[in-house]
Amino acid sequence: MGTAVRSAKRSLSRFASNRFLFEELVKRDFEHKYKRTILGMAWSVLSPLLTLLVMKLVFTGFFGRTTPHYTIYLFAGTIVMAYYKEATNNGMTSMISNASVINKINVPKYLFLFSRNVSSFVNFLLTLAVFFVFCIIDGITFRISFLMLIFPVLCLVIMNIGIGMILSALYVFFRDIKYLYSVFLTLLTYLSAIFYTVDSFPYNVQRLFLLNPVYVIIKYIRMTVIDGNVPSLQYHALCLAYALVFALAGAFFYKRYNRRFVYYF
Amino acid sequence: MGRVIECNDVSIRYITGDLKAIGLKEYMMRRITGNYHVTEFWADKHISFALEAGDMLGIIGTNGAGKSTLLKAVSGIMEPKQGSIKVNGRIAALLELASGFDGDMTVRENAYLRGAMLGYTRAFMDEMYEEIIAFAELEEFEDRPFRQLSSGMKSRLGFAICCMVDPDIIILDEVLSVGDGAFRKKSGDKMREILGSGVTGILVSHSIDQVKELCNKVLWLDHGEQIVFSPEVEKVCDAYTEFLITKEIPSTDDEIAALALACSKRRAEEKAKKDKKETKKLEGILARGTKNTAIEAALDIIENNAPEMLDMHEVGEWRRKNNG
Repeated sequence: MGTAVRSAKRSLSRFASNRFLFEELVKRDFEHKYKRTILGMAWSVLSPLLTLLVMKLVFTGFFGRTTPHYTIYLFAGTIVMAYYKEATNNGMTSMISNASVINKINVPKYLFLFSRNVSSFVNFLLTLAVFFVFCIIDGITFRISFLMLIFPVLCLVIMNIGIGMILSALYVFFRDIKYLYSVFLTLLTYLSAIFYTVDSFPYNVQRLFLLNPVYVIIKYIRMTVIDGNVPSLQYHALCLAYALVFALAGAFFYKRYNRRFVYYF
Repeated sequence: MGRVIECNDVSIRYITGDLKAIGLKEYMMRRITGNYHVTEFWADKHISFALEAGDMLGIIGTNGAGKSTLLKAVSGIMEPKQGSIKVNGRIAALLELASGFDGDMTVRENAYLRGAMLGYTRAFMDEMYEEIIAFAELEEFEDRPFRQLSSGMKSRLGFAICCMVDPDIIILDEVLSVGDGAFRKKSGDKMREILGSGVTGILVSHSIDQVKELCNKVLWLDHGEQIVFSPEVEKVCDAYTEFLITKEIPSTDDEIAALALACSKRRAEEKAKKDKKETKKLEGILARGTKNTAIEAALDIIENNAPEMLDMHEVGEWRRKNNG
């Protein structure tokens, strides 16, 4: 235990000494994203809104009548899914696109991944703000329990970093991961109950949905915002477990393989 | 002060299974069918050397000898498969200066980012930024996107940022000087200033003269094998020069000495030949020239090479008379 604490401490102090680099990287990622586009930040809000609009138009006829606050129901699903997709995709390419630097200068590589995650997260916060505006429009009263939403969001952030780490390592070794993962993402989107409800499935199948961590996060937000009740303690434990499992798996993958990246660029 | 760099029986291996070419699906299939093979390639085999503070090591060898890989291992980018590398101090590695910049960002942003990657602090960059830009002569380009710069300008910036530090250890891969004419001189001077300040350094160079001029130790690699690590820079460099012509790899100290001897013999012969040619050329010029200029030239030559033959007073008189 003592060594683990010490090594964690060492990592932290290393991170502190790399703060300048981290800030510069975040700045760069933001510029890449928003510079020289007229819409700039507005686009990151507009794009999920368009998705929402299309889904609303198409699916209201099927599910909208039976689901209360169907717009909010859809919106919660789309923004979480969009954030998950963006963060993991960006994380996946973070090593390869910085290959020329990693090849020449001895820098802590994980910073490239972290900085990408920062910009995706800020993007997500923007859409989350719009989400709350929609909540007001849809007549949902704000409760103090909304503060609990910080918990699933935090779990999602940690999970995204962990998954990004696994993917970025895999992507260095196998370039077709990009295509495989995009197929996987499409499947995941359909399995995340974004535009449909799971109520029509038998109870046991409904429980199977909990194997999908993205669905777990989406459901947490829906339960809190639409149903107005905070999930059970077990549900919190489930969120946390997903976050920790992926974070640890990511750290393990990174630690085990990061020294070999340089051979595959 | 003790050892600054200690390289102990270091071997570096590349694996060329080419996962990235076949992809995950194919990899899985080959794994299942037992068709997956990796081939190993040892870029460096059993390399050992040690540098004390102030030492300057020159690494010589033909292309593919494992020089750059060894530098990467010393600067911590790669990890040796076997052996150990101990480094005491802060490394500034100058490897391919122009790469790794971001074309969309401005020169200023790139300078800060590169500084951050090299481990400088923001305060340090704030302090040095003006100096860096002035040294790279990019004042007019500060806020231009980096992609608009020429490749020479890019290396100039890379060089300037790298050289502004006070490193304990400097690693140079063919980047003693960059840029064109005037800047080449400036960067060369700066480099010599840094090297003269007592840093420990490693220099990879294809210019044997540079190695002779700057290094007090030399490491000769060939196809990943260590031929020799020695403080006798002159001898090893001569042997290497001879090896480039004869392609004979020496295996013992005696063979190296023999090669070096052959080289100096060859050089003496070439010098004699060249001198003869030059003498002929000079004679021709003197014979064709007007009388006074010919005498002037002859006097200059004698004055430079054997001043004791001349009565400088007489020479002065003669020059006054003819020039005045």
